[in-house]
Amino acid sequence: MEKEKVIEVKDLVKRFGAFMANDRLTFDVYRGEIFGFLGANGAGKTTAMRILCGLSRPTSGRVTVAGIDASRRPEEIKKRIGYMSQRFSLYEDLTVRENIELYGGIYGMSMKVIIPRREALLDRLSFTQYGDMLIHALPLGLRQKLAFAVAVFHDPEIVFLDEPTSGVDPVTRRQFWEMIYETASHGITVFVTTHYMDEAEYCDRIAIMSEGQIAAIDSPSALRKQYGTASVEELFVKIARPQKSKT
Amino acid sequence: MKAVEANSITHRFGKITAVDDVSFSVDTGELFGFIGPDGAGKTTLFRIAATLIIPSGGRMTLFGLNVVSDFRELRNHIGYMPGRFSLYTDLTVEENLQFYATIFGTTIRENYHLIEPIYKQIEPFRKRRAGRLSGGMKQKLALSCALIHKPRILILDEPTTGVDAVSRTEFWEMLEKLKEEGITIIVSTPYMDEALRCDRIALIQEGRLMGIDTPAAIRSSYGKRLYAVSHPDRYRLLLTLRGMPQATSPEPFGEAVHITLREGTTTEDIKRLLEQAGIEGTAVNEIKPGIEDVFLELMKKEY
Repeated sequence: MEKEKVIEVKDLVKRFGAFMANDRLTFDVYRGEIFGFLGANGAGKTTAMRILCGLSRPTSGRVTVAGIDASRRPEEIKKRIGYMSQRFSLYEDLTVRENIELYGGIYGMSMKVIIPRREALLDRLSFTQYGDMLIHALPLGLRQKLAFAVAVFHDPEIVFLDEPTSGVDPVTRRQFWEMIYETASHGITVFVTTHYMDEAEYCDRIAIMSEGQIAAIDSPSALRKQYGTASVEELFVKIARPQKSKT
Repeated sequence: MKAVEANSITHRFGKITAVDDVSFSVDTGELFGFIGPDGAGKTTLFRIAATLIIPSGGRMTLFGLNVVSDFRELRNHIGYMPGRFSLYTDLTVEENLQFYATIFGTTIRENYHLIEPIYKQIEPFRKRRAGRLSGGMKQKLALSCALIHKPRILILDEPTTGVDAVSRTEFWEMLEKLKEEGITIIVSTPYMDEALRCDRIALIQEGRLMGIDTPAAIRSSYGKRLYAVSHPDRYRLLLTLRGMPQATSPEPFGEAVHITLREGTTTEDIKRLLEQAGIEGTAVNEIKPGIEDVFLELMKKEY
């Protein structure tokens, strides 16, 4: 069976002046896949992800996200994706319910749709008791879970997660990954960037970027086998250690 | 003499007890790690050790000097690297280093040998403002500044958080070199895999220490035989194992699910049961418990 592509990147180049941030990237991401996007600082991850999210345009090459051309209609992409970053995701001075309403509203959902879905969501997360609490009063672990739930509240085709679980305790982290698995099992594609290699082990496939290019792409186990390393961490250091004395 | 001795350290912020009756000691020249998630109390504990806050209760000494009453003297012996980058972003790399050397009444030249392996890597950028450095370079500069007065102990609060895996590996290699110079190091991290780099570790959660030992001893304290079950459909595998009383405490670990077996159950039984549930061709292998397996076990006991 042919897998359905939800992200198609062909010869993507992004230049900032003389600097080549993305140097002919080519890769596909499939529907319902958990795709890990790794790379050292400065390898070009953020640049590529901004293009995939419709926030920046490619210099050349062809990028299609959820069927939309990223060069021509980046605004359309934003409607079809969800985004969660570790740094900022929820408004601390709004309550849990208000945050959900706000995000639902931004994505054009009516209150008639939002309210029952919101209550169902709180129930599913066993969050009903926190519904009227301000975000800043919630423990970090709960915030992260809620942030993820909010990022997929409007049923996007793809959700982008930027280092979603760093610093979270091991129990909460597992609950978080289970939410990711569940989401992916419903056909939502999960695109994760992370510095943390144990997080990469949860992905179906990973791409490792180095100096603007994709240095390796496959399932974590296939890559470990191919490079003869025991962990993705070792693999990463082997592949992504940039040549010394540059810039 | 012990480098650090902490007896029943407690610290409260209003109603919150951030550090709860914590006792430990660190030997001179030891690389000692505190492993725990955000909010576990690592930063508060480190700030107490760095003489920056006074604990609500308990007593801590570094090289026999009390962190409260002897703080002035003690500060000459401490190199502290806070979790948040806190050098002067408007000063250049070189100016920051110069500044810290001067405050401590020394010069860059006097202790250059100590920072050389680290500082050499950022020296090409010595005229660049600190605020414009990458994460990995900021970390190297912060470590250089913490070392320039030749401290007897380094207190490093989550030095590798948010830094890429390549820089993290390099950072731990640097710490090992400093250890060889006889410098005592206490370091905190939320990342369990980094624990293996330490001589001894303390597992910390919600202000309390759950265990202190060498990484090897912590791992063998798990006490049960542990197995990794793998199958491409990990989510279905996890849910199926959850519903299986023969497989106790299944926990997802990346590509595999870790389980222990109920008494009398064999790995063949598990494979067969999974097959009956429609999950064919699983691999079940005995593995050595990692720090994170132990951490999860201890967390379950706590609640």
